[in-house]
Amino acid sequence: MGLFFLVPLGLVFAISFASRGTYGGVVWELTSANYLDLLHPLYGKILGQSLWYATITTVICFALGFPLAYVIARSPARWQPIFLLLVMLPFWTNFLVRTYAWMILLRHDGLINRSLMALGIVDSPLDLLYRPTAVVIGLVYGYLPFMVLPLYVAVERLDPLLVDAAWDLYASRWAVFTRVVLPLTKPGIIGGCILVFIPSIGSFITPDLLGGARSMMIGNLIQHEYLVVRDWPLGSAVSFVLMAIVMAAVLLYYKTASRSDGRLEAR
Amino acid sequence: MKRESIGLKAVSLAAMLFLYGPIVVLVLYSFNAAHLSMAWSGATLKWYATLLYDGALLAATANSLFVAVVSTIVATGLGGLLALGMERMPHRRQQTIEGGLVLPLVIPEVMMGIALMLFFVMLKMPLGLTTVILGHIVFNIPLVTIMLRARLRKLDPALGEAAADLGAGSWQIFRYVTLPLLRPAIWGAVLVAFTVSLDDFLVTFFTAGPGATTLPLKVYSMIKSGVTPEINALSALLLGISMACVGLSLHLQRREV
Repeated sequence: MGLFFLVPLGLVFAISFASRGTYGGVVWELTSANYLDLLHPLYGKILGQSLWYATITTVICFALGFPLAYVIARSPARWQPIFLLLVMLPFWTNFLVRTYAWMILLRHDGLINRSLMALGIVDSPLDLLYRPTAVVIGLVYGYLPFMVLPLYVAVERLDPLLVDAAWDLYASRWAVFTRVVLPLTKPGIIGGCILVFIPSIGSFITPDLLGGARSMMIGNLIQHEYLVVRDWPLGSAVSFVLMAIVMAAVLLYYKTASRSDGRLEAR
Repeated sequence: MKRESIGLKAVSLAAMLFLYGPIVVLVLYSFNAAHLSMAWSGATLKWYATLLYDGALLAATANSLFVAVVSTIVATGLGGLLALGMERMPHRRQQTIEGGLVLPLVIPEVMMGIALMLFFVMLKMPLGLTTVILGHIVFNIPLVTIMLRARLRKLDPALGEAAADLGAGSWQIFRYVTLPLLRPAIWGAVLVAFTVSLDDFLVTFFTAGPGATTLPLKVYSMIKSGVTPEINALSALLLGISMACVGLSLHLQRREV
């Protein structure tokens, strides 16, 4: 296990400091050129784009996931496991298939364009697929369950009497949310956001199928460098930048989880 | 609660529709008779029938099942031994190993894929079904171990102690006390590992060589070459299979907790 996991990772790390041979392959010359190459605007753009898509995805997941988690946590106790199961079920189905479902909906001749045209809202089909929007929709779709679960745990532990008390004291709707609900569910919110952010930033399938050439993310860049350009050292350097981002997020997660007596769980 | 509930419920409903809408559409359209268009022109099962005659698809299915069965068996065995072994370790070491187990689950799959590919290439192992199976074992072991540990921690230590008081040896305690109590969790872990292996795309994508096409790889190449009704039917089937596996796994884990 350790052999098949840590050794390969170490190998990627080592190669990220090596140079590329003339015909691909790896030449073992120590260099930091691969990391310096990443400063090139083209790579910077893909990196920035990935961070941006992952951030919007996280925000949208929160906006959709919080009400859902709240409603589930406040529904009758015997219904709660069923609702949670319904939220998690799509997550356990094939990711390719779920992404493909969005291709059917978003493409030129897709259901969304057909409905819009039938309703007379647009005259000609909209370009929905192969756009950044499609990538973000796909990511939100894929990772929404990760947001709902920790939020549910947080809301479930929030004492409803505290919320009622705020209402009784004539707090506005906004004040109840920002001054009572939000601070008390903060660990769950941070946990959920990180659990959505991590897979989003490292995604490959979603931008590959739903995005176009200009909405590439880090995962696609790694695959491109490895399998298309065959520049393994550069691909390895890119993957370690990704790894660093993910590890930072993981550490943040553990810090918040341990502060809230560690009841948040990843799966 | 009362005052904000309508807005909240509306958003929740929208979120659930968002989660299930695409799946429902996909399944519905797998029965659509029209070949290229999204216009509804009657229900048919012919796309499911064509799947049965697609030789490449059947071969990919056989590969997938083979990989899933072998990797599940090996990962359950090794992961189970690790979970049992960890119980006897000092707390500090348990925590270290636990951290190591979470790592493969959080690092991006692309990265896992290329790391394994590099490793196999450097070992001069030809990429094929063997490397795919090894890759699947790597990501399935932590899943199995974490699931079994969750169950082991809930077991009452008094049961083992009672058996020991009655003169049972450590093998007998394992065989007649621990194992029967773990059985539902083991089956749950088997099903999860099997499902994850069957559905895996990225690790397979990087570690598979020519001739080692699994079902997800086949689906990917079909999707890449265009949307067809056959893919709809295949996708609907895959959805059904994974949902059945998850349902069964949850049922087993819930029982006799």
